[in-house]
Amino acid sequence: MNQNAITQRVGFGDLQAPRADQQGRTMNQSAIAGQVREQVRVEDLHKSYGDHEVLKGVSLTANSGDVISIIGSSGSGKSTWLRCINFLENPTSGRITVGGKEIELVRNRKGELVVADPKQLQQIRTRLSMVFQHFNLWSHMTVLENVIEAPAHVLGIPKAEALERAERYLERVGVWKFRDSYPAHMSGGQQQRVAIARALAMEPGVLLFDEPTSALDPELVGEVLKVMRSLAEEGRTMLVVTHEMGFAREVSNHVIFVHQGRVEEQGNPREVLVKPQSERLQQFLSGNLK
Amino acid sequence: MDLFDTSVITGNLPEFWRGLWMTLQLTAVALLVGFAGAIPLAVARVSKNPAVRLPVSAYTYFFRGTPMLVQLLLIYYGAAQWEWMRAAWEEGQPFWLLFREPYFCALFAFGLNTCAYTVEIVAGSMRNTPHGEIEAAKAMGMSRFKALQRIVLPSALRRMIPSYSNEVILMLQGSAIASAVTLVDLTGAARNVYSRHFAPFESFIFVGLIYLVLTFMLVGLFKLAERRWLAHLAPRKALKTKEA
Repeated sequence: MNQNAITQRVGFGDLQAPRADQQGRTMNQSAIAGQVREQVRVEDLHKSYGDHEVLKGVSLTANSGDVISIIGSSGSGKSTWLRCINFLENPTSGRITVGGKEIELVRNRKGELVVADPKQLQQIRTRLSMVFQHFNLWSHMTVLENVIEAPAHVLGIPKAEALERAERYLERVGVWKFRDSYPAHMSGGQQQRVAIARALAMEPGVLLFDEPTSALDPELVGEVLKVMRSLAEEGRTMLVVTHEMGFAREVSNHVIFVHQGRVEEQGNPREVLVKPQSERLQQFLSGNLK
Repeated sequence: MDLFDTSVITGNLPEFWRGLWMTLQLTAVALLVGFAGAIPLAVARVSKNPAVRLPVSAYTYFFRGTPMLVQLLLIYYGAAQWEWMRAAWEEGQPFWLLFREPYFCALFAFGLNTCAYTVEIVAGSMRNTPHGEIEAAKAMGMSRFKALQRIVLPSALRRMIPSYSNEVILMLQGSAIASAVTLVDLTGAARNVYSRHFAPFESFIFVGLIYLVLTFMLVGLFKLAERRWLAHLAPRKALKTKEA
Protein backbone atom coordinates (compact mmCIF):
# COMPACT_ATOMS: atom_id res chain seq x y z
CA MET A 1 0.00 0.00 0.00
CA ASN A 2 2.56 2.52 1.06
CA GLN A 3 5.40 2.04 -1.34
CA ASN A 4 5.32 5.57 -2.66
CA ALA A 5 4.59 7.00 0.74
CA ILE A 6 7.91 5.93 2.18
CA THR A 7 9.90 8.74 0.71
CA GLN A 8 7.18 11.31 0.84
CA ARG A 9 6.94 12.41 4.39
CA VAL A 10 8.14 15.90 5.02
CA GLY A 11 6.33 17.38 7.93
CA PHE A 12 3.12 18.17 9.72
CA GLY A 13 0.21 18.16 7.34
CA ASP A 14 2.41 17.89 4.30
CA LEU A 15 0.86 16.05 1.41
CA GLN A 16 2.19 15.06 -1.96
CA ALA A 17 0.31 14.17 -5.09
CA PRO A 18 1.18 10.45 -5.28
CA ARG A 19 0.04 10.14 -1.70
CA ALA A 20 -3.33 11.62 -2.57
CA ASP A 21 -3.87 9.04 -5.31
CA GLN A 22 -2.93 6.34 -2.90
CA GLN A 23 -5.35 7.53 -0.28
CA GLY A 24 -8.05 8.10 -2.87
CA ARG A 25 -7.96 4.45 -3.87
CA THR A 26 -8.06 3.30 -0.30
CA MET A 27 -11.10 5.39 0.35
CA ASN A 28 -12.95 4.07 -2.65
CA GLN A 29 -12.31 0.59 -1.36
CA SER A 30 -13.81 1.37 1.99
CA ALA A 31 -16.63 3.30 0.34
CA ILE A 32 -16.06 6.46 2.33
CA ALA A 33 -15.63 9.27 -0.11
CA GLY A 34 -14.44 12.73 0.77
CA GLN A 35 -11.43 14.89 1.28
CA VAL A 36 -8.19 13.02 0.91
CA ARG A 37 -5.96 15.13 3.03
CA GLU A 38 -7.70 14.85 6.34
CA GLN A 39 -7.90 11.44 7.98
CA VAL A 40 -9.63 12.11 11.30
CA ARG A 41 -11.07 15.19 12.91
CA VAL A 42 -12.47 15.26 16.44
CA GLU A 43 -14.33 18.38 17.54
CA ASP A 44 -15.38 19.38 21.02
CA LEU A 45 -15.60 15.84 22.37
CA HIS A 46 -17.15 15.34 25.80
CA LYS A 47 -17.42 12.12 27.73
CA SER A 48 -19.03 11.59 31.12
CA TYR A 49 -19.41 8.56 33.33
CA GLY A 50 -22.44 9.51 35.41
CA ASP A 51 -21.63 12.84 37.04
CA HIS A 52 -17.94 12.50 36.36
CA GLU A 53 -16.85 14.31 33.22
CA VAL A 54 -13.71 12.64 31.88
CA LEU A 55 -13.37 14.64 28.67
CA LYS A 56 -14.36 18.28 28.72
CA GLY A 57 -14.32 19.27 25.09
CA VAL A 58 -11.22 18.08 23.27
CA SER A 59 -10.41 18.42 19.58
CA LEU A 60 -7.76 17.19 17.20
CA THR A 61 -7.15 16.86 13.48
CA ALA A 62 -4.93 14.20 11.96
CA ASN A 63 -3.89 14.63 8.35
CA SER A 64 -2.16 11.98 6.28
CA GLY A 65 1.30 11.30 7.61
CA ASP A 66 0.74 12.92 10.99
CA VAL A 67 2.07 11.21 14.06
CA ILE A 68 0.27 12.70 17.03
CA SER A 69 1.28 11.75 20.56
CA ILE A 70 -1.27 12.24 23.30
CA ILE A 71 0.39 12.46 26.69
CA GLY A 72 -0.83 13.08 30.22
CA SER A 73 -0.94 11.45 33.64
CA SER A 74 -3.15 8.44 34.37
CA GLY A 75 -6.78 9.42 34.64
CA SER A 76 -6.32 12.48 32.46
CA GLY A 77 -8.72 11.00 29.89
CA LYS A 78 -6.23 10.39 27.11
CA SER A 79 -7.11 6.71 26.61
CA THR A 80 -10.82 7.47 26.78
CA TRP A 81 -10.30 10.06 24.06
CA LEU A 82 -8.64 7.56 21.77
CA ARG A 83 -11.30 4.95 22.49
CA CYS A 84 -14.05 7.42 21.65
CA ILE A 85 -12.58 7.90 18.18
CA ASN A 86 -13.38 4.33 17.11
CA PHE A 87 -16.43 4.20 19.40
CA LEU A 88 -15.17 1.59 21.81
CA GLU A 89 -16.46 4.22 24.22
CA ASN A 90 -19.42 6.34 23.26
CA PRO A 91 -18.95 10.10 23.67
CA THR A 92 -21.52 12.27 25.42
CA SER A 93 -21.25 14.97 22.80
CA GLY A 94 -18.99 16.10 20.00
CA ARG A 95 -18.37 15.54 16.32
CA ILE A 96 -16.08 13.04 14.63
CA THR A 97 -15.13 13.15 10.97
CA VAL A 98 -13.37 10.21 9.36
CA GLY A 99 -11.89 10.52 5.90
CA GLY A 100 -13.64 13.85 5.39
CA LYS A 101 -17.06 12.45 6.18
CA GLU A 102 -18.80 13.40 9.39
CA ILE A 103 -20.12 10.40 11.28
CA GLU A 104 -23.84 10.53 11.83
CA LEU A 105 -24.50 10.05 15.52
CA VAL A 106 -27.68 9.37 17.45
CA ARG A 107 -28.30 9.41 21.16
CA ASN A 108 -28.97 6.06 22.86
CA ARG A 109 -31.02 5.44 26.01
CA LYS A 110 -28.02 6.01 28.23
CA GLY A 111 -27.60 9.47 26.71
CA GLU A 112 -24.43 8.56 24.83
CA LEU A 113 -23.80 9.22 21.17
CA VAL A 114 -23.63 6.10 19.04
CA VAL A 115 -23.07 5.68 15.31
CA ALA A 116 -26.48 5.71 13.61
CA ASP A 117 -25.64 3.08 11.01
CA PRO A 118 -23.93 -0.12 12.22
CA LYS A 119 -22.48 -0.60 8.71
CA GLN A 120 -20.80 2.78 8.94
CA LEU A 121 -19.49 1.95 12.42
CA GLN A 122 -17.79 -1.14 11.01
CA GLN A 123 -16.37 0.85 8.12
CA ILE A 124 -14.92 3.44 10.48
CA ARG A 125 -13.32 0.71 12.52
CA THR A 126 -11.68 -0.88 9.51
CA ARG A 127 -10.20 2.52 8.62
CA LEU A 128 -8.94 3.13 12.16
CA SER A 129 -7.05 0.08 13.35
CA MET A 130 -6.26 -0.12 17.02
CA VAL A 131 -3.32 -1.53 18.96
CA PHE A 132 -4.11 -2.12 22.62
CA GLN A 133 -2.16 -1.86 25.83
CA HIS A 134 -2.71 -5.55 26.57
CA PHE A 135 -2.29 -6.70 22.93
CA ASN A 136 -5.69 -8.45 22.95
CA LEU A 137 -4.64 -11.08 20.47
CA TRP A 138 -7.17 -13.86 19.98
CA SER A 139 -5.71 -16.55 22.17
CA HIS A 140 -7.15 -19.59 20.39
CA MET A 141 -5.61 -18.58 17.06
CA THR A 142 -2.03 -18.84 15.91
CA VAL A 143 -0.13 -15.69 15.05
CA LEU A 144 -0.85 -16.15 11.36
CA GLU A 145 -4.56 -16.78 11.98
CA ASN A 146 -4.74 -13.65 14.12
CA VAL A 147 -3.44 -11.51 11.28
CA ILE A 148 -5.52 -13.17 8.53
CA GLU A 149 -8.77 -13.09 10.49
CA ALA A 150 -10.05 -9.55 10.01
CA PRO A 151 -8.88 -8.98 6.41
CA ALA A 152 -10.48 -12.29 5.37
CA HIS A 153 -13.66 -12.16 7.44
CA VAL A 154 -14.32 -8.43 7.80
CA LEU A 155 -12.89 -6.93 4.61
CA GLY A 156 -13.72 -10.13 2.75
CA ILE A 157 -10.54 -10.27 0.71
CA PRO A 158 -9.61 -13.67 -0.80
CA LYS A 159 -7.89 -16.11 1.54
CA ALA A 160 -4.69 -16.28 -0.53
CA GLU A 161 -4.37 -12.52 -0.58
CA ALA A 162 -5.05 -12.30 3.17
CA LEU A 163 -2.34 -14.88 3.75
CA GLU A 164 0.11 -13.00 1.57
CA ARG A 165 -0.68 -9.76 3.42
CA ALA A 166 -0.32 -11.43 6.80
CA GLU A 167 3.07 -12.87 5.95
CA ARG A 168 4.25 -9.53 4.58
CA TYR A 169 3.27 -7.59 7.70
CA LEU A 170 4.57 -10.25 10.09
CA GLU A 171 7.85 -10.02 8.24
CA ARG A 172 7.63 -6.24 8.45
CA VAL A 173 7.43 -6.24 12.27
CA GLY A 174 9.94 -9.07 12.62
CA VAL A 175 7.81 -11.89 14.01
CA TRP A 176 7.29 -13.96 10.87
CA LYS A 177 9.13 -16.93 12.36
CA PHE A 178 6.51 -17.17 15.12
CA ARG A 179 3.63 -17.43 12.64
CA ASP A 180 2.56 -20.88 13.88
CA SER A 181 2.91 -20.07 17.59
CA TYR A 182 0.06 -19.22 19.91
CA PRO A 183 0.10 -15.79 21.57
CA ALA A 184 0.38 -17.23 25.09
CA HIS A 185 3.68 -18.81 24.10
CA MET A 186 5.33 -15.52 23.19
CA SER A 187 6.84 -12.60 25.05
CA GLY A 188 4.88 -9.38 25.47
CA GLY A 189 7.01 -7.55 22.97
CA GLN A 190 6.49 -10.24 20.34
CA GLN A 191 2.73 -10.28 21.03
CA GLN A 192 2.53 -6.53 20.66
CA ARG A 193 4.37 -6.68 17.36
CA VAL A 194 1.88 -9.32 16.16
CA ALA A 195 -0.91 -6.96 17.26
CA ILE A 196 0.69 -4.21 15.16
CA ALA A 197 0.86 -6.59 12.18
CA ARG A 198 -2.80 -7.42 12.74
CA ALA A 199 -3.67 -3.72 12.65
CA LEU A 200 -1.49 -3.12 9.57
CA ALA A 201 -3.09 -6.01 7.68
CA MET A 202 -6.32 -4.02 7.60
CA GLU A 203 -4.35 -1.40 5.63
CA PRO A 204 -6.10 1.33 7.59
CA GLY A 205 -5.97 5.07 7.11
CA VAL A 206 -4.98 5.67 10.71
CA LEU A 207 -3.33 3.52 13.36
CA LEU A 208 -4.54 4.09 16.91
CA PHE A 209 -2.10 3.08 19.64
CA ASP A 210 -3.48 2.89 23.18
CA GLU A 211 -0.44 2.87 25.50
CA PRO A 212 1.21 0.16 23.41
CA THR A 213 4.27 -0.23 25.64
CA SER A 214 2.74 0.25 29.10
CA ALA A 215 2.21 -3.46 29.77
CA LEU A 216 5.69 -4.49 28.64
CA ASP A 217 8.78 -5.31 30.65
CA PRO A 218 11.24 -2.45 30.32
CA GLU A 219 13.67 -4.44 28.17
CA LEU A 220 10.90 -5.25 25.66
CA VAL A 221 9.71 -1.67 25.19
CA GLY A 222 12.49 -0.90 22.72
CA GLU A 223 11.55 -3.51 20.11
CA VAL A 224 7.97 -2.22 19.93
CA LEU A 225 9.02 1.44 19.78
CA LYS A 226 11.46 0.59 17.01
CA VAL A 227 8.62 -0.86 14.92
CA MET A 228 6.42 2.15 15.63
CA ARG A 229 9.18 4.53 14.70
CA SER A 230 9.73 2.78 11.38
CA LEU A 231 5.99 2.96 10.66
CA ALA A 232 6.09 6.68 11.30
CA GLU A 233 9.03 7.00 8.94
CA GLU A 234 6.97 5.25 6.26
CA GLY A 235 4.51 8.08 6.47
CA ARG A 236 1.68 6.33 8.23
CA THR A 237 -0.88 8.37 10.11
CA MET A 238 -0.72 7.49 13.79
CA LEU A 239 -2.47 8.58 16.98
CA VAL A 240 -0.43 7.41 19.92
CA VAL A 241 -1.45 7.57 23.57
CA THR A 242 1.83 7.05 25.36
CA HIS A 243 4.02 7.55 28.39
CA GLU A 244 7.15 7.30 26.26
CA MET A 245 8.44 10.87 26.20
CA GLY A 246 11.35 9.90 23.97
CA PHE A 247 8.93 8.64 21.32
CA ALA A 248 6.71 11.70 21.66
CA ARG A 249 9.68 14.02 21.29
CA GLU A 250 11.56 12.31 18.51
CA VAL A 251 8.97 10.55 16.40
CA SER A 252 5.75 12.53 16.54
CA ASN A 253 5.23 15.80 14.72
CA HIS A 254 2.54 16.97 17.09
CA VAL A 255 2.07 16.43 20.77
CA ILE A 256 -1.05 17.00 22.85
CA PHE A 257 -0.86 17.24 26.63
CA VAL A 258 -4.14 16.31 28.30
CA HIS A 259 -4.86 17.32 31.85
CA GLN A 260 -8.13 16.60 33.67
CA GLY A 261 -10.04 16.10 30.45
CA ARG A 262 -8.81 19.21 28.68
CA VAL A 263 -6.06 19.92 26.20
CA GLU A 264 -3.65 21.88 28.37
CA GLU A 265 -0.96 22.45 25.78
CA GLN A 266 -0.14 21.23 22.28
CA GLY A 267 2.18 21.81 19.38
CA ASN A 268 5.48 20.76 17.93
CA PRO A 269 7.07 18.33 20.40
CA ARG A 270 10.48 19.93 20.06
CA GLU A 271 8.98 23.13 21.42
CA VAL A 272 6.25 21.90 23.71
CA LEU A 273 8.35 19.24 25.42
CA VAL A 274 11.49 21.35 25.61
CA LYS A 275 9.96 24.65 26.67
CA PRO A 276 6.58 23.82 28.23
CA GLN A 277 4.47 26.91 28.84
CA SER A 278 1.93 25.60 31.33
CA GLU A 279 2.81 24.79 34.90
CA ARG A 280 0.97 21.46 34.63
CA LEU A 281 3.09 20.28 31.76
CA GLN A 282 6.25 21.43 33.50
CA GLN A 283 5.28 19.39 36.55
CA PHE A 284 4.31 16.41 34.42
CA LEU A 285 7.55 16.47 32.47
CA SER A 286 9.77 16.90 35.49
CA GLY A 287 8.27 13.69 36.85
CA ASN A 288 8.52 11.89 33.51
CA LEU A 289 11.31 13.08 31.31
CA LYS A 290 14.47 11.07 31.34
CA MET B 1 -22.50 -73.40 41.07
CA ASP B 2 -19.34 -71.29 41.09
CA LEU B 3 -19.35 -67.75 42.40
CA PHE B 4 -18.50 -66.53 38.91
CA ASP B 5 -19.79 -68.65 36.04
CA THR B 6 -18.53 -67.17 32.77
CA SER B 7 -20.96 -69.26 30.72
CA VAL B 8 -23.71 -66.92 31.95
CA ILE B 9 -21.91 -64.17 30.06
CA THR B 10 -20.85 -66.11 26.99
CA GLY B 11 -24.30 -67.66 26.68
CA ASN B 12 -26.00 -64.27 26.61
CA LEU B 13 -23.58 -62.26 24.48
CA PRO B 14 -26.18 -61.34 21.81
CA GLU B 15 -28.44 -59.81 24.45
CA PHE B 16 -25.56 -57.84 25.97
CA TRP B 17 -24.56 -56.75 22.49
CA ARG B 18 -28.06 -55.42 21.73
CA GLY B 19 -28.08 -53.65 25.09
CA LEU B 20 -24.71 -52.05 24.37
CA TRP B 21 -25.98 -50.89 21.00
CA MET B 22 -29.08 -49.35 22.64
CA THR B 23 -26.94 -47.58 25.26
CA LEU B 24 -24.62 -46.20 22.60
CA GLN B 25 -27.52 -44.97 20.46
CA LEU B 26 -29.33 -43.29 23.33
CA THR B 27 -26.15 -41.61 24.58
CA ALA B 28 -24.89 -40.48 21.19
CA VAL B 29 -28.19 -39.15 19.86
CA ALA B 30 -29.04 -37.37 23.12
CA LEU B 31 -25.59 -35.78 23.23
CA LEU B 32 -25.74 -34.66 19.58
CA VAL B 33 -29.22 -33.17 19.93
CA GLY B 34 -28.33 -31.63 23.30
CA PHE B 35 -25.13 -30.09 21.98
CA ALA B 36 -26.73 -28.67 18.84
CA GLY B 37 -29.51 -27.12 20.91
CA ALA B 38 -27.14 -25.86 23.56
CA ILE B 39 -25.24 -23.45 21.32
CA PRO B 40 -28.10 -21.11 20.35
CA LEU B 41 -29.58 -21.44 23.84
CA ALA B 42 -26.24 -20.54 25.44
CA VAL B 43 -26.09 -17.43 23.27
CA ALA B 44 -29.55 -16.56 24.59
CA ARG B 45 -28.45 -17.47 28.12
CA VAL B 46 -25.71 -14.80 28.12
CA SER B 47 -27.94 -12.17 26.50
CA LYS B 48 -28.30 -8.84 28.27
CA ASN B 49 -31.99 -8.85 27.41
CA PRO B 50 -33.93 -10.53 30.27
CA ALA B 51 -36.80 -11.50 27.94
CA VAL B 52 -34.33 -13.69 26.02
CA ARG B 53 -32.23 -14.83 28.97
CA LEU B 54 -34.83 -15.69 31.62
CA PRO B 55 -36.81 -18.37 29.72
CA VAL B 56 -33.55 -20.22 29.06
CA SER B 57 -32.52 -19.86 32.71
CA ALA B 58 -35.89 -21.26 33.79
CA TYR B 59 -35.41 -24.23 31.45
CA THR B 60 -31.90 -25.05 32.62
CA TYR B 61 -32.81 -24.63 36.32
CA PHE B 62 -35.76 -26.98 35.95
CA PHE B 63 -33.80 -29.69 34.14
CA ARG B 64 -30.74 -29.39 36.34
CA GLY B 65 -32.83 -29.21 39.49
CA THR B 66 -34.82 -32.41 39.05
CA PRO B 67 -33.65 -36.04 38.60
CA MET B 68 -33.45 -37.26 35.03
CA LEU B 69 -35.45 -40.35 36.02
CA VAL B 70 -38.35 -38.14 37.14
CA GLN B 71 -38.17 -36.22 33.86
CA LEU B 72 -38.23 -39.46 31.88
CA LEU B 73 -41.20 -40.89 33.79
CA LEU B 74 -43.05 -37.59 33.55
CA ILE B 75 -42.70 -37.50 29.76
CA TYR B 76 -43.41 -41.19 29.20
CA TYR B 77 -46.41 -41.57 31.52
CA GLY B 78 -47.51 -37.95 31.53
CA ALA B 79 -48.09 -37.63 27.78
CA ALA B 80 -51.20 -39.77 27.83
CA GLN B 81 -52.82 -37.55 30.47
CA TRP B 82 -53.54 -34.80 27.98
CA GLU B 83 -56.89 -34.99 26.23
CA TRP B 84 -55.49 -33.39 23.06
CA MET B 85 -52.57 -35.79 23.03
CA ARG B 86 -54.89 -38.80 23.11
CA ALA B 87 -56.98 -37.17 20.39
CA ALA B 88 -53.86 -36.67 18.29
CA TRP B 89 -52.96 -40.33 18.79
CA GLU B 90 -56.40 -41.43 17.62
CA GLU B 91 -56.09 -39.24 14.55
CA GLY B 92 -52.70 -40.84 13.99
CA GLN B 93 -50.65 -37.65 13.81
CA PRO B 94 -47.14 -38.96 13.30
CA PHE B 95 -45.30 -36.43 15.48
CA TRP B 96 -47.47 -36.88 18.56
CA LEU B 97 -47.50 -40.66 18.12
CA LEU B 98 -43.80 -40.53 18.92
CA PHE B 99 -44.71 -39.84 22.54
CA ARG B 100 -46.05 -43.37 22.83
CA GLU B 101 -42.64 -44.77 21.94
CA PRO B 102 -40.36 -45.42 24.94
CA TYR B 103 -37.32 -45.01 22.68
CA PHE B 104 -38.41 -41.54 21.59
CA CYS B 105 -39.41 -40.55 25.13
CA ALA B 106 -36.00 -41.60 26.45
CA LEU B 107 -34.21 -39.62 23.74
CA PHE B 108 -36.46 -36.65 24.38
CA ALA B 109 -35.82 -36.65 28.14
CA PHE B 110 -32.08 -37.34 27.83
CA GLY B 111 -31.67 -34.75 25.10
CA LEU B 112 -33.47 -32.04 27.09
CA ASN B 113 -31.49 -32.94 30.19
CA THR B 114 -28.03 -32.95 28.66
CA CYS B 115 -28.91 -29.85 26.66
CA ALA B 116 -29.70 -27.97 29.89
CA TYR B 117 -26.33 -28.88 31.41
CA THR B 118 -24.50 -28.14 28.18
CA VAL B 119 -26.15 -24.71 27.92
CA GLU B 120 -24.68 -23.83 31.31
CA ILE B 121 -21.25 -25.18 30.35
CA VAL B 122 -21.15 -23.24 27.06
CA ALA B 123 -22.60 -20.09 28.62
CA GLY B 124 -20.08 -20.21 31.47
CA SER B 125 -17.26 -20.61 29.00
CA MET B 126 -18.57 -17.73 26.89
CA ARG B 127 -18.72 -15.47 29.95
CA ASN B 128 -15.06 -16.23 30.62
CA THR B 129 -13.95 -14.95 27.22
CA PRO B 130 -11.23 -12.36 27.91
CA HIS B 131 -12.85 -8.96 27.51
CA GLY B 132 -9.92 -7.62 25.50
CA GLU B 133 -10.42 -10.26 22.80
CA ILE B 134 -14.01 -9.15 22.28
CA GLU B 135 -12.89 -5.54 22.23
CA ALA B 136 -10.26 -6.37 19.60
CA ALA B 137 -12.95 -8.05 17.50
CA LYS B 138 -15.08 -4.91 17.69
CA ALA B 139 -12.15 -2.63 16.96
CA MET B 140 -11.33 -4.68 13.84
CA GLY B 141 -14.81 -3.96 12.53
CA MET B 142 -16.59 -7.20 13.35
CA SER B 143 -20.33 -7.07 13.89
CA ARG B 144 -21.70 -8.68 17.04
CA PHE B 145 -22.71 -11.75 15.12
CA LYS B 146 -19.33 -12.00 13.41
CA ALA B 147 -17.52 -11.66 16.73
CA LEU B 148 -19.70 -14.38 18.21
CA GLN B 149 -19.16 -16.68 15.26
CA ARG B 150 -15.46 -16.08 14.77
CA ILE B 151 -14.10 -15.28 18.23
CA VAL B 152 -16.39 -15.90 21.20
CA LEU B 153 -17.86 -19.29 20.29
CA PRO B 154 -14.71 -20.91 18.85
CA SER B 155 -12.78 -19.84 21.92
CA ALA B 156 -15.52 -20.87 24.37
CA LEU B 157 -16.12 -24.26 22.75
CA ARG B 158 -12.44 -25.06 23.11
CA ARG B 159 -12.15 -23.96 26.71
CA MET B 160 -15.22 -26.00 27.70
CA ILE B 161 -13.77 -29.34 26.52
CA PRO B 162 -12.64 -30.53 30.00
CA SER B 163 -15.95 -29.73 31.69
CA TYR B 164 -17.95 -31.09 28.77
CA SER B 165 -16.13 -34.41 29.02
CA ASN B 166 -17.68 -34.85 32.47
CA GLU B 167 -21.13 -34.20 31.06
CA VAL B 168 -20.60 -36.81 28.32
CA ILE B 169 -19.52 -39.44 30.87
CA LEU B 170 -22.45 -38.62 33.15
CA MET B 171 -24.81 -38.93 30.17
CA LEU B 172 -23.40 -42.36 29.28
CA GLN B 173 -23.95 -43.61 32.81
CA GLY B 174 -27.23 -41.76 33.24
CA SER B 175 -28.64 -43.56 30.21
CA ALA B 176 -28.91 -46.63 32.48
CA ILE B 177 -32.32 -45.37 33.63
CA ALA B 178 -33.74 -46.07 30.14
CA SER B 179 -34.74 -49.50 31.47
CA ALA B 180 -37.38 -47.75 33.60
CA VAL B 181 -39.45 -47.26 30.45
CA THR B 182 -39.09 -50.85 29.14
CA LEU B 183 -36.02 -50.18 26.97
CA VAL B 184 -33.36 -52.87 27.13
CA ASP B 185 -30.09 -51.00 27.26
CA LEU B 186 -26.86 -52.38 28.71
CA THR B 187 -28.21 -52.18 32.26
CA GLY B 188 -31.55 -53.60 31.16
CA ALA B 189 -29.80 -56.55 29.51
CA ALA B 190 -27.85 -57.22 32.70
CA ARG B 191 -31.06 -57.18 34.72
CA ASN B 192 -32.74 -59.63 32.32
CA VAL B 193 -29.77 -61.99 32.44
CA TYR B 194 -29.65 -61.74 36.22
CA SER B 195 -33.30 -62.59 36.61
CA ARG B 196 -33.02 -65.63 34.33
CA HIS B 197 -29.88 -67.07 35.94
CA PHE B 198 -29.88 -65.51 39.43
CA ALA B 199 -26.26 -64.61 38.68
CA PRO B 200 -25.82 -61.04 39.95
CA PHE B 201 -22.02 -61.00 39.89
CA GLU B 202 -21.68 -62.28 36.33
CA SER B 203 -24.22 -59.95 34.76
CA PHE B 204 -23.62 -56.76 36.74
CA ILE B 205 -19.85 -57.02 36.99
CA PHE B 206 -19.70 -57.70 33.26
CA VAL B 207 -21.75 -54.64 32.29
CA GLY B 208 -19.93 -52.60 34.91
CA LEU B 209 -16.71 -53.45 33.12
CA ILE B 210 -18.23 -52.47 29.78
CA TYR B 211 -19.27 -49.06 31.19
CA LEU B 212 -15.74 -48.72 32.59
CA VAL B 213 -14.16 -49.45 29.22
CA LEU B 214 -16.52 -47.03 27.45
CA THR B 215 -15.69 -44.35 30.00
CA PHE B 216 -11.96 -44.84 29.53
CA MET B 217 -12.40 -44.63 25.79
CA LEU B 218 -14.25 -41.33 26.18
CA VAL B 219 -11.57 -40.00 28.51
CA GLY B 220 -8.96 -40.94 25.91
CA LEU B 221 -10.93 -39.22 23.13
CA PHE B 222 -11.21 -36.04 25.18
CA LYS B 223 -7.49 -36.15 25.90
CA LEU B 224 -6.90 -36.18 22.15
CA ALA B 225 -9.42 -33.38 21.65
CA GLU B 226 -7.64 -31.28 24.28
CA ARG B 227 -4.31 -31.83 22.63
CA ARG B 228 -5.81 -30.79 19.30
CA TRP B 229 -7.92 -27.80 20.39
CA LEU B 230 -6.42 -26.61 23.64
CA ALA B 231 -2.81 -26.38 22.51
CA HIS B 232 -2.98 -22.62 22.92
CA LEU B 233 -3.50 -23.00 26.68
CA ALA B 234 -0.95 -25.76 27.21
CA PRO B 235 2.45 -24.94 28.70
CA ARG B 236 4.89 -23.86 26.05
CA LYS B 237 6.97 -26.54 24.42
CA ALA B 238 10.58 -25.77 23.58
CA LEU B 239 10.53 -23.11 20.89
CA LYS B 240 11.63 -24.16 17.46
CA THR B 241 13.18 -20.79 16.73
CA LYS B 242 14.94 -18.35 18.97
CA GLU B 243 14.61 -14.61 18.65
CA ALA B 244 17.67 -13.13 16.98
